[in-house]
Amino acid sequence: MTDMRVDITQAQTGEAGFGDFIALLKPRVMSLVVFTALVGILVAPGALHPVVALAAIIFIALGAGASGALNMWWDADIDSVMKRTAKRPIPAGKVAPGEAMALGVALSGISVIMLWLATNALAGFLLAFTIFFYAVIYSMWLKRATPQNIVIGGAAGAFPPMIGWVAVTGSISLEACLMFMLIFMWTPPHFWALALFMKSDYHKANVPMLTVTHGRKATRAHILVYTIALVPFALAAGFTSIGGPVYLALAVVLNLIFLHGAWAIWRRDEGQAEADNYATEKRVFRFSLAYLFVHFGAFLAEAALARLPAYAEFASHIRILEVF
Amino acid sequence: MAITREHELHKRRSGRNIGLALVLVGFIALVFGLTIAKVSGGGTIQAFDHSYRPALDPNDVRFQQR
Repeated sequence: MTDMRVDITQAQTGEAGFGDFIALLKPRVMSLVVFTALVGILVAPGALHPVVALAAIIFIALGAGASGALNMWWDADIDSVMKRTAKRPIPAGKVAPGEAMALGVALSGISVIMLWLATNALAGFLLAFTIFFYAVIYSMWLKRATPQNIVIGGAAGAFPPMIGWVAVTGSISLEACLMFMLIFMWTPPHFWALALFMKSDYHKANVPMLTVTHGRKATRAHILVYTIALVPFALAAGFTSIGGPVYLALAVVLNLIFLHGAWAIWRRDEGQAEADNYATEKRVFRFSLAYLFVHFGAFLAEAALARLPAYAEFASHIRILEVF
Repeated sequence: MAITREHELHKRRSGRNIGLALVLVGFIALVFGLTIAKVSGGGTIQAFDHSYRPALDPNDVRFQQR
């Protein structure tokens, strides 16, 4: 009788709370997805009914959460080895791997079908592709196979504004592609700047991070190259229907600062970085967050200003790439 | 660690049930809202995929600019 009571207790204390299932959906990543998808919806030509727009954002975020749960299910072995991720619900023993997978698959299906029904088939397809890309192409395949994993993983994070745009218009356009490229090209320098000053233990988990496989000098060079490659996309968006004078002015300033930061990172060596406790790398990392936020905020500002006829007339001279 | 009448496990399970109930109620409200929005504002929607078409909307600001 005593034995049985112990068994029941042990079997049931592993039950997860509601918050553990929320943690599986990576709420911090979801907040960025919500913001960029919202911008995609608000700057697109045309308008969704507010309830439809709200539903679209909720289901895009839910799809992102589903891919997060699938990622945590697949990467549970890596997460349990690394200090930063050891407290996630699966390695902490709060959620069983099978439960995380079931949640990920179920939410993927619900989010894709509901986004399709609420908006259109292309938006639903793009969300399905994003989940597939993040869970299968990135998590299952390339994350453990190539040091360019950050570049590839960035594509998954770049889709939300494009999905938001497609939810409104029903088609992919130059503007949607430029919003995609802005996040896609921004991710590598943003993450590698973090990788330079965060002493992570990816090597223990056998994940080929650029700082480990090619060294820190090569990582610094990669940051500069990707930042240079990012600039044309950020500026080009200013000449489309989502850009304008305000966006362009902000983009020029932000890109000059980002380029200067990437240049400063490239010129430093490890000795200098350790001497000031990675001050430059930390500064560029923090700036990169503001960089993305202000770019998307400027898209919103342009959409709001376009309602003023005088401004719209002035901006039309700058929007030389306007096509939709 | 015997199971008592008020074990910590019961609180956790209750929290999970309440959370799930709220999610389901929210989902029902959202689908209801979507239904109302779709049915009441169908003027510029084409039937085959229920998508908004800017080119069909004479009030679209950007469409007027072009």
